[in-house]
Amino acid sequence: MSAIGMNWHAIRAIYRFEMARTWRTPLQSIVSPVLSTSLYFVVFGAAIGSRMQAIDGVPYGAFIVPGLIMLSLLTQSIANASFAIYFPKFTGTIYELLSAPVAWWEVVIAYVGAAATKSILLGLIILATAALFVPLQIAHPFWMLLFLVLTATTFSLFGFIIGIWADGFEKLQVIPLLIVTPLAFLGGSFYSIEMLPPVWRTVTLFNPVVYLISGFRWSFYNIADVSLGVSLGMTLVFLTACIAIVGWIFRTGYRLKN
Amino acid sequence: MQPIISVSGLSKTYASGFSALKSVDLEIRRGEIFALLGPNGAGKTTLISIICGLVTPSTGQVLADGHEIVRDYRAARAKIGLVPQELTTDAFETVWSTVTFSRGLFGKPKDPALIETLLKDLSLWDKRDSQIRMLSGGMKRRVMIAKALSHEPRILFLDEPTAGVDVELRKDMWQLVRRLRESGVTIILTTHYIDEAEEMADRIGVISKGEIILVEEKIELMRKLGRKQLTLSLQAPMTELPASLSGYALALAKDGAELVYTYDTKAERTGITALLQDLANAGIRFNDLRTSQSSLEDIFVSLVKDRR
Repeated sequence: MSAIGMNWHAIRAIYRFEMARTWRTPLQSIVSPVLSTSLYFVVFGAAIGSRMQAIDGVPYGAFIVPGLIMLSLLTQSIANASFAIYFPKFTGTIYELLSAPVAWWEVVIAYVGAAATKSILLGLIILATAALFVPLQIAHPFWMLLFLVLTATTFSLFGFIIGIWADGFEKLQVIPLLIVTPLAFLGGSFYSIEMLPPVWRTVTLFNPVVYLISGFRWSFYNIADVSLGVSLGMTLVFLTACIAIVGWIFRTGYRLKN
Repeated sequence: MQPIISVSGLSKTYASGFSALKSVDLEIRRGEIFALLGPNGAGKTTLISIICGLVTPSTGQVLADGHEIVRDYRAARAKIGLVPQELTTDAFETVWSTVTFSRGLFGKPKDPALIETLLKDLSLWDKRDSQIRMLSGGMKRRVMIAKALSHEPRILFLDEPTAGVDVELRKDMWQLVRRLRESGVTIILTTHYIDEAEEMADRIGVISKGEIILVEEKIELMRKLGRKQLTLSLQAPMTELPASLSGYALALAKDGAELVYTYDTKAERTGITALLQDLANAGIRFNDLRTSQSSLEDIFVSLVKDRR
């Protein structure tokens, strides 16, 4: 490590540590989210979906795939990143991180990178699982991957913020459970917002998740609730906001240092 | 020689308003074992935490091997290893992976040979593939030391290294610290076991209520502040001291069976020769004598008490 350069060794050490944690708990990290998504496909896709009409020419079972992947991506990114930084605070092992010659943004790159990697892998596994149940097509693979990476990164950052903010296990859970999950469900995972009455359609536009799901679904089926530019723009706005908050947290030492 | 750590005007006031450090100045010499002594809540851990980057100072400056710890934190922290007081470890990690992780975190490339040596030195080699939660308390403490040494620091902080550690392990720990010093590592340890400081330290600093009230060579400190006592076992017990001996700082002990003379080792004349002469003149005979020196503990207690 040079005096000015980055501490790549530290980034790699944290990243590996976090990835190793995943492989140590495969049931919790991989099997359980894949199982719950499969259940959605069985219930909504196969059982109910067979009685639903196609939306914009896309069979219902296939229509919900992007939304379901987003749902897992959001919740898993937040869960991975928030737990990763909360746990060392809880056990006290954070002392080592604070005493190490690492910059705050190197810590963020490592933790958020690992959390995002995990949820992207998970998203791809769910995509592969979905292909077993419903006919899939991906119209714009590049955009699909871009949305996947941007969303995973953004929500891992968001989870990281929650993990730093939380000073107990309840706080760690409260935002994912009470805010993110409802927003994800109401963000058009299971329906097109065109199907809503006009008033609710307007209300829904205040839900940031709508833009993520819309853009992501567009990359699959070329259909969208809002334009691609708006989807991408909103995603980037949220990403920037999260980076700014994380920067503020580390510059002030908020909740990490006295 | 430039000090390896130089602390100047360092203060810390916590958000609660508690002033943990009050303008502390301190210099640690290269290669020494420095013991920081003080009662609980005196500011020992705060001082260490600031130097290591865990706590932000309110005012003042710290240089670690010439690097300012806030502005030039990368260079400063790369030189420092910290073993905190609490046994905080990643329970599910193996010994090997946690020590390897620490080395990476501190910006050093992998070096399995070095970690092997380190684990062997700390008698952890047999446990390298065990999860940390399976280890005893003493082993966990050694794992934390291994983590702190994994990036080959020049300065090692040991915060209460032997708190809650059994006698045998304490001795091992002391030996380890001496070996480290021989290899050129500067060691700063906090303790409230005074015998530990007395046994190990080259210099001693006493901190009380956020202020360094004394820094002294251990030997010098003992010599300067050390009082000696000469105890004479009398052939015949005495009920009171003869008037001819009233000029001496004498006291009777053990129901008059012993006569205790307290004197100052730094005084030019201890008065022992004159005392023995006068005792003989007064016809007081004794069948045994011994001297004892006040321990660091006595010195410490009197120092802290004086400031109350």
